[in-house]
Amino acid sequence: MKLRIKFSKKEYMKFIGHLDLMRFFQKAIRRADIDIAYSTGYSPHQVMSFAAPLGVGLTSDGEYLDIEVNSADSSEAMKRRLNAALLTHGIEVVSVRRIPDPGFDAQGNALKDRSAMAMVAGADYDLVFKEGHEPKDWDGFCDAFDAFCALEQITVLKATKKSSLTADIRPMIKSCRLDRKSRVITMSLSTGSSANLKPELVMEAFYKGIGSDWDPAVESYQYSMQINRRETYALGENGEWIALEALGEVIE
Amino acid sequence: MRKLALSDEILLQIDKPARYIGGEVNTVMKDPAKVDIRFAMCFPDVYEIGMSHLGIQILYDMFNRHENIWCERVYSPWTDLDKIMRSRHIPLFALESQDPVREFDFLGITIQYEMCYTNILQVLDLSEIPLYSSDRTEEDPIVIGGGPCTYNPEPLADFFDLFYIGEGETAYDQLMKHYIDNKKRGGSRQDFLALAATVPGIYVPSFYETEYNEDGTIRRFYPTHPNAKPTVRKEILMNMGDPDICYPEKPVVPFIKVTQDRVVLEIQRGCTRGCRFCQAGMVYRPVRERDLEFLKDKAYKMLKNTGHEEISLSSLSSSDFTHLEELVTFLIEEFHGKGINISLPSLRIDAFSLDVMKKIQDVRKSSLTFAPEAGTQRLRDVINKGLTEEVILNGAAQAFKGGWNKVKLYFMLGLPTETEEDMEGIAVLANEVARTYFDTIPREERKGQRVQVTASSSFFIPKPFTPLQWAPMFEKEEYLHRARIVNRKFKEQLNHKSLKYQWHEADVTVLEGVFARGDRRTARVLLRAYELGCLYDSWSETFDNEKWMQAFADCGMDYHFYTTRERSLDEIFPWDFIDTGVTKDFLKREWKNAMEGKVTPNCHERCSGCGAKSFGGGVCFEAAN
Repeated sequence: MKLRIKFSKKEYMKFIGHLDLMRFFQKAIRRADIDIAYSTGYSPHQVMSFAAPLGVGLTSDGEYLDIEVNSADSSEAMKRRLNAALLTHGIEVVSVRRIPDPGFDAQGNALKDRSAMAMVAGADYDLVFKEGHEPKDWDGFCDAFDAFCALEQITVLKATKKSSLTADIRPMIKSCRLDRKSRVITMSLSTGSSANLKPELVMEAFYKGIGSDWDPAVESYQYSMQINRRETYALGENGEWIALEALGEVIE
Repeated sequence: MRKLALSDEILLQIDKPARYIGGEVNTVMKDPAKVDIRFAMCFPDVYEIGMSHLGIQILYDMFNRHENIWCERVYSPWTDLDKIMRSRHIPLFALESQDPVREFDFLGITIQYEMCYTNILQVLDLSEIPLYSSDRTEEDPIVIGGGPCTYNPEPLADFFDLFYIGEGETAYDQLMKHYIDNKKRGGSRQDFLALAATVPGIYVPSFYETEYNEDGTIRRFYPTHPNAKPTVRKEILMNMGDPDICYPEKPVVPFIKVTQDRVVLEIQRGCTRGCRFCQAGMVYRPVRERDLEFLKDKAYKMLKNTGHEEISLSSLSSSDFTHLEELVTFLIEEFHGKGINISLPSLRIDAFSLDVMKKIQDVRKSSLTFAPEAGTQRLRDVINKGLTEEVILNGAAQAFKGGWNKVKLYFMLGLPTETEEDMEGIAVLANEVARTYFDTIPREERKGQRVQVTASSSFFIPKPFTPLQWAPMFEKEEYLHRARIVNRKFKEQLNHKSLKYQWHEADVTVLEGVFARGDRRTARVLLRAYELGCLYDSWSETFDNEKWMQAFADCGMDYHFYTTRERSLDEIFPWDFIDTGVTKDFLKREWKNAMEGKVTPNCHERCSGCGAKSFGGGVCFEAAN
């Protein structure tokens, strides 16, 4: 049976990289006595996969991990057991849901199970300036950023091993707006194996273009801003974004 | 929300920020206002090395069981953060609270190997604690050192307020009580040191003086304070077999991958074999085993509380543990089927261990290890390593039949009385192992597999409290010359295609030799080397031999006094004031036996009167004797 675990990653856990996060969950699942399935062969490992790796320095309210289990309790019980076994601040299990079998096609053939990673299409991000890093001319900054969001084309230079290519990242930005009062920038960006746009790259494009007057001149825009991923989405039947959690069902 | 000592900006610029944030699974958090003592426990190397050390996990657990003590951990910052901390004046902090180390009552540093000594100075320096103990004020933490290198603490004597000699489970209660009482009375730092000197196992270096002869050897070493003991006897945990003694059940689990990323179960302490080069075998006498049911219980609890996927047994010679078979069978039956790996280092190669290892290892990928240490039986008898060629080849044959085809052999070069025949014996022995493969496994059954025999040699360094502590070392060029002799012989072997030979660095060997048998005068060189930028000397990427040689030159010191010089039997050593239970007379007898190539049996076979019997327990009093 496939379970989807939604969890948040906050505070100092943002400094734990993806591979270490995997190992953290492997141990937590053992501590929580979850009946996870192991692969066969000479070095058996837990059958688990993460939906979308999160860069070091980013926090998140919507991370996902799929695991294969031999047996399961109710969603509520497993969530409680996992949270009791995490033993660290900054990671919290939000929900544990069952992913139904993909079923059969019209010819009666069993449909292949798609991994969470293969299904990811997009994600929402909130970006907030860290204390002391806000641009002094706030209104001026907002005007420039609003103009940036209104652009129909945003070209960036992507350096590859052999050359640099230009690419238009605008199509990968589903939405981008700045709330002047709350001082939060919200972005919905394509995420996943087919198209992936990082929020840092969007900010870099802004500072290298329209926003050059406000460039904080730091190598990584993570230093000046705290980026939080709010939710991760898959593509629905009609091309709409569905939260990965919504694809699972609660076990009573 | 716990506030970190380092800013986001710094953490995102350096390698592996998870080294410095604390908050790992099973760390202990207390309210500093509610405890009497704050203890910063330090392993002076980078996080991944320090977190692999069992000793700190044991002491961390022991201290934190006391309601009025909060013990936190601190490790050496890596070179990238070290630079940043110096340029921005960020003081070194403990991981749990992220508070500066200088605010603590105690800074305890475990001293496991000589090449970490510059890191000890780094820890003091970054903590803003004066390097010389004589410069410290009432505001500075008490700096206490423990661990195997305290069996010759003299090179570090000027930098520590106290040394705890021996096993840490026994005397801290007394020491902490003195500290608290002294504080309540409004006593000074000096008052506390005077009280500490009365605690068994505690050595206060500032309470002693050394006088030297013309030739540089020690004329006299004597206490200058009424409380200072002329002899400091090591502390030893004699009730190790007690089912009620403490052992961590919730070891701290690191976020990042560390060198020892598993549950470690210490099954016994000490060793009966009496190999003459081995300091651990001498200073941990007598051998004491833990209770079997106790070990099974701890294994369960540690795995349950950590979620680790591997458990390992720790001891100097696991094959000599009385209940090994039962314990290993238990581990395999209980845990192996649940995806938990079992790791059993230090096993003698025999039918039992091969049977066990087949169950828990992938024989195609793992290798079997033998440690003959010397290339001929004659030299093995000199060092009392009772491993014969017959045993090695029989073991290898059984292993090959069981499916293994990789063998590792460990040797040392530079042992006393070593001849060219002994050196070449290393290659000859390795070749014999390979030949055994071809003799044992007929061609049809080899499945295209070659046998791989990898031999490696380090250079022997005489250590205090061993029978070989009188042995001279050699020049660096001589060590390399010997390695080349061995290497040449390897190339001449019939089965050379199945053999590989590697040898260790000679530079580091010489330095380790200086500090292993060094005296207080070597402290100047250590400080100078640190000032010149020496750090992380046990890491090949950062070790800088030229800077060390510069340090010796700047101090006008010749390191040969400590390395190649011959010691006479009546010389007073810097560490003679310590009593490990094993008498100097016994060591002298064993040194003589070594020169004559005479073997000494192990403790189970016959008591050789080393003196450890004076502790009143352990293997000395078993029915076998």
